[in-house]
Amino acid sequence: MTADTVTPAAAPSAAAPEPAPASSRRPLRRRRTPALTDSERGIVSDFDRRQPRVRRTMRGVHVFLAVTLVAAGLGPLLWLAKAAVTPTQDTLREPFALWPNGIDWENLSTAWNDIHIDQYFFNTIVIAAGAWAFQLLVATTGAYTLSVLRPRYARVLNSLVLATLFIPSVVLLVPLYLTIVDPPLLGRDHSLLNNYLAVWLPMAANAFNILLVKRFFDNLPREVIEAAQTDGAGPFRLFWSIILPMSRPILGVVSVFAIIAAWKDFLWPLLVLPDPAVQPLSVRLPAVQSQTELDVFLAALAIATIIPIAMFLIFQRVFLRSAGLGGAVKG
Amino acid sequence: MTLASPDRRRPDAPSRRGTPLTWLRSGGLTRLAFALPMILVFAIFSWTPIVRSVVMSFQRTNLLTPAEWVGLDNFEAVLNDPLLGTAVVNTLYFAALALVMGFPIPILMAVLMSEVKRGKGIYSALAYLPVVVPPVVAVLLWKVFYDASPDGVFNTMLGWFGIGPQPWLQSPDMAMPSLVIEATWAAAGGSIIIYLAALLSVPPELYDAAEVDGASIWRKAWHVTLPQLRGVIFVMLILQILATAQIFLEPFLFTGGGPNNSTVTVLLLIYRYAFQNSLGGNYGMATALSVMLALFLAVLSFVYFRLTNRWSQS
Repeated sequence: MTADTVTPAAAPSAAAPEPAPASSRRPLRRRRTPALTDSERGIVSDFDRRQPRVRRTMRGVHVFLAVTLVAAGLGPLLWLAKAAVTPTQDTLREPFALWPNGIDWENLSTAWNDIHIDQYFFNTIVIAAGAWAFQLLVATTGAYTLSVLRPRYARVLNSLVLATLFIPSVVLLVPLYLTIVDPPLLGRDHSLLNNYLAVWLPMAANAFNILLVKRFFDNLPREVIEAAQTDGAGPFRLFWSIILPMSRPILGVVSVFAIIAAWKDFLWPLLVLPDPAVQPLSVRLPAVQSQTELDVFLAALAIATIIPIAMFLIFQRVFLRSAGLGGAVKG
Repeated sequence: MTLASPDRRRPDAPSRRGTPLTWLRSGGLTRLAFALPMILVFAIFSWTPIVRSVVMSFQRTNLLTPAEWVGLDNFEAVLNDPLLGTAVVNTLYFAALALVMGFPIPILMAVLMSEVKRGKGIYSALAYLPVVVPPVVAVLLWKVFYDASPDGVFNTMLGWFGIGPQPWLQSPDMAMPSLVIEATWAAAGGSIIIYLAALLSVPPELYDAAEVDGASIWRKAWHVTLPQLRGVIFVMLILQILATAQIFLEPFLFTGGGPNNSTVTVLLLIYRYAFQNSLGGNYGMATALSVMLALFLAVLSFVYFRLTNRWSQS
């Protein structure tokens, strides 16, 4: 169900009976060679496919998939796009009629300017960008420590980090909130409430990221690392000029996870950003609903959806690979 | 910046019981610098709060006066809360409905999608679209869909089939199933992609071998595909149970726990104890309930993995 929105609470990956599918054996880059894809086969063989009855059924499967997926996947979004530029009364009376009384483009500008979607939009971007930067920083340096530098305490550190994967996030909620209200060392006078660090830093403590990046670093060719060291590259040089450039695929995956997670987050920003001026869209949208007219509200919802959808359409391959990879690691 | 010779970094190298000076010379400080971001964020925002959660469940804390040890009082207060039973039953109901409605659908869709020769890419993209919609937007949009008037979106669609308008979120009986339908819609795409990846790793030889034995399409699906997916299915099942046990967003935004407490879940109760309390946050009760939920889930997953391991071996 919400497997990818909740931190994989208690999923001892070692306990999975079958070896993890995809990730470990399959190279991360998607295969393009047609010869390979052709040799793949599923339940229905080419021989089966030649039989008229099977061929008819397969055509039925196609129609079924096309209809369900378009209706369920695209339908709600198309409706939202339509309703965003439809006057309230039309949406309420005839939800499926296509603009019986004309298109109302005003909705979008009203939402953008009058209910300050522009500002919340900006806040969301700031939150996502910061969360992305902190998560990448912690995940790459942490994985580099655990995989390449390997100090004496690496093993202890590794198990301590992985152990947090087994703790359901609900346990963290209240004590983490109190940590933000009353930060250690700083004290209550410097509470992090309404400070974006309160969102960025806890998101950076993400064991799943470290696990992903560490696995990738573990599989990098050791010869390259050793050659660089022989040539006199120090730890910083090795990290910045050798390891990171070789890790683009996994950095893309972590970036997608980070940005999407930050864009989706609701409960945590609701708690630690009580001031509406700094809240992201996800927190503001439910709050403004009651004082906003339906058509403008739907326009606001549409605006809030545009960036994630656009990102998905542009980086489709990274998204789908990340989703499959997430399952493989959890598996 | 000192350069440590490669052999010093191997974990199997004899442990260097050197002085701080040799540690420093071998680049210990540099290594620590790389470890520091991870150590700091985990220490402050993960390890300490986890420990603090357990400690706080035995304390009375309101941030103003110093914390006071109260033994098991918090646990007692939670267990005596008449709403707890309702919340537990509702959460179980949600989890059960989500299993019945939401669990088989992605498996079926993934198997069908992996069989078609053309359009796999576009089908995966379409299936994944709902996952990309921010969950808050999805819930608020579905709240409009669930409009109980005869002209509501879903009621209009039911009308096409001659079915009368339904009250959806407004009736205690239908509220929970409505939440489950939305949650299933929002999450199915992610599971479909995971199953599709798993289906790719089914060795084609198995199908060839089954055909040599004269297996029909159904028998191949039942005796080759499903057993090959068993590992992934087991893991997805427990992940879904763990996720539904912590369901919050849907009841919080759709119904706020109503109507008539029919959608109060355990997590909603924790939230209410801590943050929606007129007497100030009851952090003790909130952490006590979180700790109980976490323990329950830990025991559940332990037993589950014990059992599934045994089943996989037999």
